[in-house]
Amino acid sequence: MWQALTRLYHKLGSPKWFYEISGRWMPWFLIIGSALTAVGVVWGLAFAPADYLQGNSFRIIYIHVPSALLSQSAYIMMAIAGVVGLVWKMKMSFIVGKVIAPIGASLAILALLTGAIWGKPTWGTWWVWDARLTSMLILLFLYFGVIAIYNAIESEDMANKAAAVLSIVGSINIPIIKYSVEWWNTLHQPATITLTKKPTMAPEMFIPLVFTIVGFYCLFAVWVFARTRNEILWRERRTNWVKKLLTLPAANVSKVSANEQTELKGADK
Amino acid sequence: MFFDSFSSFIQMGNHGFYVWLCYGIFAVTLAVNFISPMLTRKKVIKDIERQLRRDQK
Amino acid sequence: MNALSIFKRDLLIAFRNRGELLNPLMFFLMVASLFPLAVSPDTQFLGKIAPGVIWVGALLATLLSLDLLFKSDYDDGSLEQMLLVPQPLMLLVLAKVAVHWLVAGLPLALMAPLLGLMLGLPAGGFEPLILSLLIGTPILSLLGAIGAGLTVGLKKGGMLMPLLILPLYIPVLIFAASAVQSGVDGNSYIGHMAFLGAYLALSIVMAPIAAAAAIRITTAR
Repeated sequence: MWQALTRLYHKLGSPKWFYEISGRWMPWFLIIGSALTAVGVVWGLAFAPADYLQGNSFRIIYIHVPSALLSQSAYIMMAIAGVVGLVWKMKMSFIVGKVIAPIGASLAILALLTGAIWGKPTWGTWWVWDARLTSMLILLFLYFGVIAIYNAIESEDMANKAAAVLSIVGSINIPIIKYSVEWWNTLHQPATITLTKKPTMAPEMFIPLVFTIVGFYCLFAVWVFARTRNEILWRERRTNWVKKLLTLPAANVSKVSANEQTELKGADK
Repeated sequence: MFFDSFSSFIQMGNHGFYVWLCYGIFAVTLAVNFISPMLTRKKVIKDIERQLRRDQK
Repeated sequence: MNALSIFKRDLLIAFRNRGELLNPLMFFLMVASLFPLAVSPDTQFLGKIAPGVIWVGALLATLLSLDLLFKSDYDDGSLEQMLLVPQPLMLLVLAKVAVHWLVAGLPLALMAPLLGLMLGLPAGGFEPLILSLLIGTPILSLLGAIGAGLTVGLKKGGMLMPLLILPLYIPVLIFAASAVQSGVDGNSYIGHMAFLGAYLALSIVMAPIAAAAAIRITTAR
């Protein structure tokens, strides 16, 4: 068992292994993720009953909640990748962390926009300083910081480590920030309905939400894999396996064998 | 179906604008997250090939 | 080179450039004055926003002064030296942060009552204002050191450091400003100070470690 673990540890650190494994797994995550998301969206939009108080605007929940959940857990994943990279000096871990940042930020923006738009028919204004939205905004700031530091430092090695430190510091602060913002919010907002009230939802309204949440996570995996593979190709461009993958003696992709061509094109759509 | 007709589905009882705007932004987010790595991949492959050709000279 | 000698040296350097010490204070004063100019000089209105305005001003003034925390040591190579001495880097960082607070944060806390007067802060707000600044500005210096460590050596890093640190400052801002507001309303602010104290304790322990890690990363050749 111990040998299997150490072997796995070494494999995880190998870009080539990750490239091959991700190539095989991506189509599955894509199919499952798209299917789950599609079912959840259609069910939530067309078949779930309208909310007693909010009417049909509550259907935004099927996008808002998964994106909010995912952007928060993505930040944690990024921080964990930073820890693994710093402690075990694993190149792959840094790559995964770097790649998560823009995806997580886009999801945070989606959560913010859908939250704000949901607020208009519910609260009457385009933005409310509600605890959840405010925390999500600060999370977006944290994401911007990580992205900015990658862009600012030229040395790849230095950028990896600096971003790792920053994401770790940020993740430690996330619970503190959430607590502070929620506490601040109770001072200033009357205690009215929050935008999401999961426990009191009827099953016909709740189950499509589960579908979209899981679907989003699967699609997230696809996006992480796709971007990581690009990073791997670039960083490992001087190795033989990459050269073999991309160019045969003719240095022309169209002359690549059928197998490798499907791997190139089909595996990461 | 919760809705009686297609037009009531689009209308969403007055909230149609908000709901469809959100799902539209969602579609854009999906598109960006799918298309961006695809474009980057093409660029990366091109850059690598260019570098290899330069190294061979 | 040890923590105590760095402490003394930085303090000496700071006092040699006495003019520089005034900059954060002047900035603080000016920023607070912007609000009556931009919005309304009505004392009632100003009094309502005074706690927040004073605290935001203190935050921005601290951010400005943090840029130079490690810069001159980086430029003349002494930061690299600090990586090599037997003393743990986090202690050396703590020494530098202590000087930064004495020279930048503490004066802000002492000047705040003046701003309170100018912005019509009601009487109950003064004590929590000074107290929250005394506890809060060390937190700002400590957390700021992390940002300064990450961006030292970056030539284009001007706006980057505030971007990195501001999210971390938000809990301090929330609890400190509401402590002052609570005092204005005549309520107890012990709970707010307890939170700030806890955040300070956490920062004293964790921030030097993170800042030292950041310096090791960005100063390595």
